[in-house]
Amino acid sequence: MELSKETVKSLGALARMELTQEESGLLSAQLEDILRFIDKLKELDTSKTAPTSHILPINNVLREDKPGRSLAVARALENSPQKDGDLFAVPKVIE
Amino acid sequence: MELNTLTAHELLDLIKEGSATSQAVLNCLYNRITDIDAKLNAYVRLGATPPEQAAVHSGPLCGIPVSLKDNICTDGLATECCSRILSGFRPPYDATVVSKLKAAGALIVGTKTNMDEFAFGSSTENSLFGATRNPWDLERVPGGSSGGSAAAVAADEAIIALGSDTGGSIRQPASFCGVVGMKPTYGRVSRFGLIAFASSLDQIGPIAKDVKDAALLMGVISGYDPGDSTSVDVAVPDYARALGDDIKGMKIGMPREYFVEGIDPEVKKIVEDSIAKLRELGADCREVSLPHTEYAVPVYYIIATAEASSNLARFDGVQYGLRISDKGGSGGLLDMYCRTRGNGFGQEAKRRIILGTFVLSHGYYDAYYLRALKVRTLIKQDFDRVFEDFDCILTPTSPTAAFSLGEKAEDPLKMYLSDIYTISANLAGIPAISVPCGFAKSGLPVGLQLLARPFAEETLFRAAYAYEQNTPWHKMKPKIGSGAQG
Repeated sequence: MELSKETVKSLGALARMELTQEESGLLSAQLEDILRFIDKLKELDTSKTAPTSHILPINNVLREDKPGRSLAVARALENSPQKDGDLFAVPKVIE
Repeated sequence: MELNTLTAHELLDLIKEGSATSQAVLNCLYNRITDIDAKLNAYVRLGATPPEQAAVHSGPLCGIPVSLKDNICTDGLATECCSRILSGFRPPYDATVVSKLKAAGALIVGTKTNMDEFAFGSSTENSLFGATRNPWDLERVPGGSSGGSAAAVAADEAIIALGSDTGGSIRQPASFCGVVGMKPTYGRVSRFGLIAFASSLDQIGPIAKDVKDAALLMGVISGYDPGDSTSVDVAVPDYARALGDDIKGMKIGMPREYFVEGIDPEVKKIVEDSIAKLRELGADCREVSLPHTEYAVPVYYIIATAEASSNLARFDGVQYGLRISDKGGSGGLLDMYCRTRGNGFGQEAKRRIILGTFVLSHGYYDAYYLRALKVRTLIKQDFDRVFEDFDCILTPTSPTAAFSLGEKAEDPLKMYLSDIYTISANLAGIPAISVPCGFAKSGLPVGLQLLARPFAEETLFRAAYAYEQNTPWHKMKPKIGSGAQG
């Protein structure tokens, strides 16, 4: 599997993560190595095997829709890099 | 004898009979940290004092200090996953395990233990705060990602500690540092308040000086929690009661795939000696097969990175941690996300986010992620088959003793392969324990791993305790930086 520097850059864009030219180059080489190793899985015939996404036989974990304790607004905002009154503040979204 | 060198159960006895106080234990511990942590770097943000804790005068861990890995949330006390992107984060709540520890009378040690950033690593070299060193040889890694917890326990800088294990991150460092470490069954211990790496694999577990302490701590942290929808409502047994029972007739399987190429011959010999010891104690040890063993590492690096890339999406500079934007934020929101994440994550985190994004991306999902989920089924079925006839499975914890600092840092694939014996337990969701089983000629400890069926932690404690009580390894202490001492 080839994973070019450009592909790595666009994956970085998908993941909202800036990568330098140098980082993209290094990641491209390292990830190609890793993908070659991972390709080992193609040796197996999995056409009749069901996927396991959760290891325990539990599903549809539901609870009563009861209001419980929640964080006070002030505590929830304590860690925010920038706030505005009772809100998280972010740079402008729409031009 | 210094109090910090004792186990939790020894200290509990002393506190109960009035010959030691929890304050004296804490003082000894903090003195030890002040004396030696500059050499080991097992703790981060030294000097952090925990917020006032209401004194609890009873409980199974009454007065015992517990050290926590830097990814376990503590109310008001910095928790940063050793990452720049979470710098300054003080959680507004306690993880469920922390609430349980406090209710059991334990004292939370104010400074957290070092780890690979977001638990991405096997050596504790990928930390914002620099590498932790192995107490048995300062030029070697302590293992990872819970390397700080394991090194601190081994060096008597911690009485007992919690780590987290996604692919071996408790067991491999326990093995490298000569201490006991357990990864519980998936769902046995609540993950509420554990900063997520790979949600279908992560478990919190104990790192301790001996098996009895690990059992004690497991009894406190286990149990159903409505705050974690994957925690399981199965009664928590009295783990300490399993200790001391003999293992006559216990059926132990040794998977042949774990004793072939890649294992250090010295490690192999030491583990074979421990099998002989277990036979002497009455266990019925036989060779078994786990045919899909060689596929575990590739499956893991698809599933774990896929889950990590989704979990780490929350670090975006909005609610907590680092934010980097251009002057005045004129570049807009997207620009802020990209700069914050590009600057906030370390190299291994970036590697895993990119790999995880790739295996989930359109056009590659079936070939990678879906295929990995299917092979995960095959790996689980291997274990199910063996556990029809066997009580537990025995393997080395790691193919080698602790490797040198920097030895694998430039080669991610080589680093990933050092988890080859521990990853399968996470994929299959089963419990596993690592116990010291000898020393290499270099003076470095070697660990043996036991695995059992889901919720059979008791079986592991019983076997591990019987082995430990008939061998001298858990009594050995490192003289910091100069090999084994009696």
